[in-house]
This record gives sequence, C-alpha cells and structure tokens, in this order.
Amino acid sequence: MSEAPLVAADGRLDLDEAFASSRVGEVLDKLDRELIGLAPVKTRIRELAHLLLIDKLRKQIGLAAEPPPLHMSFTGRPGTGKTTVAMRMAEILHRLGYIRKGHLVVATRDDLVGQYIGHTAPKTKEVLKRAMGGVLLIDEAYYLYKPENERDYGGEAIEILLQVMENQRDDLVVVFAGYKDRMDTFFSSNPGLSSRVANHIDFPDYSAEELMSIAKLMVGKLNYEFSPGAETAFDEYVRLRLDQPQFANARSIRNAIDRARLRQATRLFEHGGVVTAGDLKTIEEGDIRKSRIFEMTASGG
Amino acid sequence: MRLTQGAFSFLPDLTDEQIGKEIQYALDHGWPISIEYTDDPHPRNSYWEMYGLPMFDVKDAVGILADVKKAIAEHPDEYVKVNAYDARLGRQTTALSFIVGRPKHEKGFRLDRTTGPDRQIIYSVHSYATDKPHGERYKN
Repeated sequence: MSEAPLVAADGRLDLDEAFASSRVGEVLDKLDRELIGLAPVKTRIRELAHLLLIDKLRKQIGLAAEPPPLHMSFTGRPGTGKTTVAMRMAEILHRLGYIRKGHLVVATRDDLVGQYIGHTAPKTKEVLKRAMGGVLLIDEAYYLYKPENERDYGGEAIEILLQVMENQRDDLVVVFAGYKDRMDTFFSSNPGLSSRVANHIDFPDYSAEELMSIAKLMVGKLNYEFSPGAETAFDEYVRLRLDQPQFANARSIRNAIDRARLRQATRLFEHGGVVTAGDLKTIEEGDIRKSRIFEMTASGG
Repeated sequence: MRLTQGAFSFLPDLTDEQIGKEIQYALDHGWPISIEYTDDPHPRNSYWEMYGLPMFDVKDAVGILADVKKAIAEHPDEYVKVNAYDARLGRQTTALSFIVGRPKHEKGFRLDRTTGPDRQIIYSVHSYATDKPHGERYKN
C-alpha cells in the first residue's frame, strides 16, 4: 500500500485530508448505500474507523500507544447482514493498513473442530493459515464450546484461536458471530475469550418498512420490478412473515423473491404466446399472492 | 559441497524475511505453496517427501512461513524446499522452487566412470549421502 505522509511539514494534521487519502470514506458510503437500516451498526463501524484513523495519525507523529484491539463480536439474528458488514470491515481495516490483504474467511465449527484426538489442531491451523492477513469470521461461534461434553474438542480450537488472537494481532482479526443470547453465554463461560474481544456490535432486526426497501433493492438488482399490485401484496407478505418463527430477515426476503421469480416464469409459460420485455421484467400481484403464507393465515383465521 | 538446485541456490542462504517475501510473491501470482524434504538430494530424484499437504487458498505468507520454519526445525539433517505450483492451463508446472533448509555438512557427489561395450564411457553421479541408510545420511 503506498501512502503519502499524513502529517504536514509544520506538524499540523489535516484530518479531512487524511480521511480522504485513506479512501475509507468510500467503503463507509458503500456500507450506507448497500445496507438498509442498521443505524446503530453503521454508527459503530464509523466510530471504529475514526478511532483507527486517529490511531494511525498518532503513530505517525510518534505518539506511541498499544494498537487498538480489533477482534470483534457481531451478534444478531440470521440475515441481519453480519457477513456483509464483516466483509466491509475487512476492506476498511485493509485500507487503513491494519491488515495486509483484506479478505474474509468464513468458518464454522465444522471447519475448526476435528473428529478425533489430534485432528483439531491441524484443522484450526489450516483455517487460520487461510485467514492470515485478513478477517476470520467464525459463524455461530458458541458451537465451539460444548460444556456438556467434556470430551469435545471445541475447547482445543478455542485455545489455538486465543493464542493466535493474542500473539499475531497484526496478522489477522477474528470476528465471532451468532445469536445474541447464546453469544453472551459463550463469552461468559470463556472469560479468556471475552477479554480479548473488545468490540461488541449488535445487529437489530429489520422493521417491515426496511425489509420492503431491501426487497425493492434486491428486485432492482435482479432487473425485475414489482407491479403496483405486487408491491402491496409483498408488503402484506413481509408483515405476515415477520411473525413467523424461523424468519431470517433479509435472507428470507431473498428467498421469497426467488420463489416469486419462479412463479412468474411458470405463469408466463402457462400463458404461452408472445411476451414483451415488460412481461419478462414485471412480477405481478398473483406471483406473490400464491405464496403459502397467505393460505395459512386465511385458513388459520 | 553446496547443493545447487532450484532458484537462488548460488546465493547465500535466504533469511526468514527473504523467504517470506518470495512466498508472498508466489501467492500474489496465485501459486499455491507446498513444502518438501529429502535426504536423497540426487539431481534426478524428483520424489521428495511432502511436508503436509499443498496449501491452497492462502493469501498471506505469514502462516506458510511458520510452517516452513517448523519443517526446517523438524528436519535439521535434511534438505527442505519450497515449491510454488502454477495451475493455469498451459503452464501446469512448478513455477518457483527453492531450497530453504540444508544439513550442516553437505556431502556432495562423485562422478563414476564405467567402461561399457566398445570402450564407451558411462558416467553416473553418485551421492555420498546414499552410502548410508535412510535416516542416517547427514548425521555425523
């Protein structure tokens, strides 16, 4: 990474200049643009980016301090954008020079914990090797620790992780992700771990309005559009889905759109004959209304 | 006699930092790294032992360098080399290979001349190390 010195000759610092030259603003803007809602998360990321930039400036004028702790925990229900934010985070850290490569490696228990004695260490080390220079996201991290089974090898993986998190802070940043309550238990039963994770960011659930904007964004990206009727139908759909168990926020919306595409294609085929570009592009009300959820609520009262 | 196989073998031994930079160069080209060792360094011996599996999907040299150091420490009386494989269609070959670890006393080779039919001379390269069984070749 080539970088101009951020400190002027007279010793004064231009913060705006420093911010612009780090090109972190681009990533933050992208985060704002691509992710709907999540205001508290965006604020935290912005704050963190500012802290890191100031720390870098301080270092340049010789105000030495311990590098800020970077390991994080992202808590929130499925589909609230944890992986996407982790990806942007990696980019920010890379641009500020805190990690060398800026890639994201996602790992779950299966990737880290082995099946028999002596299998765990090489597996964990292999994943760590791939994550070096970037960010390692451990999804559903609490599955690593199974206190009810004392012969479980998860503890070994945690040990190795801890060692690397402590000794190789310049080489990689670890992000633990998962449901909030289970992460809290996980951290409280692993004090060594929680003391090394400084930034806890909680991802709130999306509101119905936010989910609707997300849906429109997704549909637009796929080069489709909702007809006015479909839009009302989808709005109703989102509200019904919100109360369902197993609702996975943006991921469920994505799946709902995929199913609507399927129904649109079937409808066009059944209709047969000539189709226009508009037909191919539009998702009609019927494509949404055919969803199982409307039947369930209609019959269930 | 210093073994001169692979890249950089006529230079002084690379430092850890230099090895790290060479590895990073290979990774930046998308060449996965593998580590191998042997105590039979005959130039025609292309079957060195693998030290672990080839390392795919690695972006940064730090983790690999740690493995290289470990390989050298575990095989102090053998040769250790680092290979970088270019898997691109049309190349599909080792793109870079260099020795990173050597035994303290390198025993070298001798040239044997044998008289064949019609007084033809048959040359062969004999490695002094292989006079001893595997595992004792570079121990004093």
